[in-house]
Amino acid sequence: MNIIVCIKQVPDTAEIKINPETNTLMREGVPSIINPFDLHALEAAVRIKEDLGARVTALTMGPPQAENSLREAVSMGADDAVLLSDRAFAGSDTWATSYALAGAIRKLGADIVFCGKQAIDGDTAQVGPETAEFLGIPHVSYVRKIEWIRDNTIRVQRLMDEGYDVVESPLPVLLTVVKELNQPRMPSLKGKMAARKARIRIMGKADIDADEDSLGLKGSPTKVKSIFAPETKAGRMMLGGGPEEQVDTLIKELRKIRCL
Amino acid sequence: MSVIVRQDKCTGCETCVDSCPFDAIEMRDGRAFINEYCNACTTCLPVCPEGAIIETEAGAAPSDSGTKFADYRDVLVFAEQRDGRTAPVSFELLGAGRRLADRLGSRLLAVLLGADEAEAEELVRWGADRVYLCSDPVFRRFNDDTYAAALLRIIEEQKPSIVLAGATPVGRSFIPRVAARLRTGLTADCTSLEIDGETGNLVQIRPAFGGNIMASILCPDYRPQMATVRPRVMKRGRYDEGRTGEIINTGFKDLESRTRVVETVKEVSEISVNLHEADIIVAGGRGAGGEKGFKLLRELAEAVGGVIGASRAAVDEGWVPYSHQVGQTGKTVNPKIYFACGISGAVQHLVGMQSSDIIIAVNRNPDAPIFNVATYGIVGDMFEIVPMLTARIKELKGQS
Ligand SMILES: Cc1cc2nc3c(=O)[nH]c(=O)nc-3n(C[C@H](O)[C@H](O)[C@H](O)COP(=O)(O)OP(=O)(O)OC[C@H]3O[C@@H](n4cnc5c(N)ncnc54)[C@H](O)[C@@H]3O)c2cc1C
Ligand SMILES: Nc1ncnc2c1ncn2[C@@H]1O[C@H](COP(=O)(O)O)[C@@H](O)[C@H]1O
Repeated sequence: MNIIVCIKQVPDTAEIKINPETNTLMREGVPSIINPFDLHALEAAVRIKEDLGARVTALTMGPPQAENSLREAVSMGADDAVLLSDRAFAGSDTWATSYALAGAIRKLGADIVFCGKQAIDGDTAQVGPETAEFLGIPHVSYVRKIEWIRDNTIRVQRLMDEGYDVVESPLPVLLTVVKELNQPRMPSLKGKMAARKARIRIMGKADIDADEDSLGLKGSPTKVKSIFAPETKAGRMMLGGGPEEQVDTLIKELRKIRCL
Repeated sequence: MSVIVRQDKCTGCETCVDSCPFDAIEMRDGRAFINEYCNACTTCLPVCPEGAIIETEAGAAPSDSGTKFADYRDVLVFAEQRDGRTAPVSFELLGAGRRLADRLGSRLLAVLLGADEAEAEELVRWGADRVYLCSDPVFRRFNDDTYAAALLRIIEEQKPSIVLAGATPVGRSFIPRVAARLRTGLTADCTSLEIDGETGNLVQIRPAFGGNIMASILCPDYRPQMATVRPRVMKRGRYDEGRTGEIINTGFKDLESRTRVVETVKEVSEISVNLHEADIIVAGGRGAGGEKGFKLLRELAEAVGGVIGASRAAVDEGWVPYSHQVGQTGKTVNPKIYFACGISGAVQHLVGMQSSDIIIAVNRNPDAPIFNVATYGIVGDMFEIVPMLTARIKELKGQS
């Protein structure tokens, strides 16, 4: 069985700060990490490998330095690592990202494709389902448990608003995963050695038989028109006095606006 | 449209480098240079003290959406149901959709799968001009394939200019498939939707980078323009008892789903608290100190008729189940009142709750960032404030 795990290198949004004077992002010193959801996706793939036998490939689309996240994936148990990198991919929105990822996955071949539920920089949760559509395979989102895999079928639990659905799908399938699925492991010593030696396979636009007009900024239907700082709410009020007075004022305010 | 640095004016001060959300400005030979990662978002323009960064028309394909998309007119809303009952987010989408349709002078269409005629009539009263209803029981349960195929067929026939859906587990799962197939853009989790007066394009505003910044996004060259919206972000429109509209019963033959839902499990008990739809949320963080603190919060929640939310720190400590977690890796909520008690206000928490109508923060530390978003801030010990508040509210309710 071949499993591909799509991982994205993202800035650690916990560390991003806004420059209060210019209202712009301060990126300096912000570390890059593997998108947290993707670590759960990787863990799921490695567990299937351990249980049933499989070859696990970590795939990322990004600039050359995204190689670091691929090495980290190898240290956690991925067998192969593929970096989909080409200047032509720059500026891709979710449509163009999914188009390119699907092109690579088609070339590599997979019985199961794992994605994280969403990436913490964009938070769109769209790349998984869109990639499945481009591949022409079914997908199940928000997988919180894999019940079994047999006879070319997989049964999983899909997290919903008010509980979960038990869903069966034929393989090949794409799954997006949530954090309840598992606890990602720490890299082993052996894993770290493998990571250092791992050969990263690089794929560019010529390797995925892509239509030039579907790539990168040009191929992206959405355009970012502007970026601005979120407005802070007007009418902020710090309540003064001792505890009793504060509670008093709060109650009065809430009654004034008819919330009590 | 593209953004360039006028090399004759650039002094190499590097101010712009960090301002770029896409990491697209680099220094080359002591001057700023914009590389291929540029999205032409123009954030850097006002940042440059020399005014050396400018926008040029070079290479821009003229957008003639007015004529090119003359066929694409209406606004279409995907109205979601659960167990045959229309989900509240659908009414909010109709509110937003109605506003956009009026602005464009077009019709508001709704698609309702797996519910009955009475529910479709409700959609009309909430603002739809026409409802495509498919009561086939196959749609009762959500499957990506069947939902995507049905919606796709209606979109292809009706050619709406705008398609809106809820950013719920259902919408977030199958709408991207529809967008991929239509070769069009999809913007997730919009917090505001407007029509650009000049071009008639849909201006979609959404948070990015964990809520640190907002992005304004367009889909100028493809139709339909598609967006998802989180529950409780948009206001419902006016409910009009006497409103009439068309209901078109639609059937789909030969729809097949590769995935199959074998079972739907409702998790009752505390876990099923529907934070998304709560009017009042009483949330606690590490400052609640443990079960004892949460007991006080539960009492307050009971008094105000609210449900319990939590920060990740409180969940990680094991004081509250994960299903209560609010924030980037938890739920996004939008109540009328959000009490944040003993929560510092890390951005990952803020993104999940900052659009609440009223935020009341109780924190010992006057510098806690939660106070930046709080409507009412109380600097104090929650073990003192919360019981006092509960007592006062109970007293008030006892009177009325
Ligand atoms: C990728 C990622 C995703 C994350 N996702 C989420 C998420 O979804 N949701 C989330 O909440 N966090 C999330 N976090 C964690 C987030 O960064 C913070 O660590 C977390 O929100 C802190 O929780 P807290 O405010 O309860 O705890 P702390 O930051 O420890 O704050 C406790 C606060 O309580 C106050 N306090 C203490 N005692 C009292 C008292 N007696 N009375 C009043 N005030 C008191 C203190 O002054 C302090 O401000 C995420 C982090 C990462 C890296
Ligand atoms: N550039 C990328 N390279 C590899 N995988 C990606 C990339 N972007 C997104 N993904 C995958 O798609 C998931 C959802 O991302 P998003 O739609 O951006 O929220 C992530 O958790 C990844 O598994």
